[in-house]
Amino acid sequence: MAVDFRSILSPQAMCLGISAQSSDEVIRLLGERLIALGKVKADYPDALIARESTMPTGLPLGTINVAVPHSDPVHVVAPAIGLATLKEPVSFASMDDPEEKLPVRVVIALALTDKDAQIEMLQAVARFIQNPGALAALAKARTPEEAFSAFPT
Amino acid sequence: MAQPKVVLVACGTAVATSTVVAHAIEEAMAERGIPVVIRQCKATEVRSLAEDADIVVATTPVPDDLGKPTFKGLPFLTGIGKSQVLDDIEKALRG
Repeated sequence: MAVDFRSILSPQAMCLGISAQSSDEVIRLLGERLIALGKVKADYPDALIARESTMPTGLPLGTINVAVPHSDPVHVVAPAIGLATLKEPVSFASMDDPEEKLPVRVVIALALTDKDAQIEMLQAVARFIQNPGALAALAKARTPEEAFSAFPT
Repeated sequence: MAQPKVVLVACGTAVATSTVVAHAIEEAMAERGIPVVIRQCKATEVRSLAEDADIVVATTPVPDDLGKPTFKGLPFLTGIGKSQVLDDIEKALRG
């Protein structure tokens, strides 16, 4: 059942402990990484940003909020995850209530091609963000090794 | 054997969060002995598809005049309030 994050989460798609001014900046950074890895198409970052403006992906979790920007599969080449952790939070709107702005410190950009094929990956992400200890460890990680070790195996 | 209840699960693109929610509801209702059929849709499709559903679960805001019991899907992603919403869904499906 457990998905090995190492197989879908490449160190090249991680931006750890970064400083950014806005959610758009974080999305562009992760989008460029995923484009360079050949996982998504050139219009993926724009698709994510457009989607955030109408259907945002911020998740209110209490201490460390997470956003999970993602797009329609049409912008994706192969399943992948882009991961950013922020020194200072950036603002994402809440999925539940787009009027509500959440300070977000962990951004998990999902590149999905098929919902049924990637259900295990999605469930692994959901389990992870419901684990406050793992999330706190990830938020502190400054190297891909530290980030990997934050994910429960 | 009762006819399975139809649960319409909506999210932004019908590809990521509604998939997580759909599997979680399917599993939890199976444990509680309630057969369900899950349908996934985009938030924009909720109004046209709600008619054929028994209940609606959405991770995004949806209109409050759908005429069907509507539940928040966010607890299935955050874990916060999940058992409460499962109890509420069970009650609505048994009712």
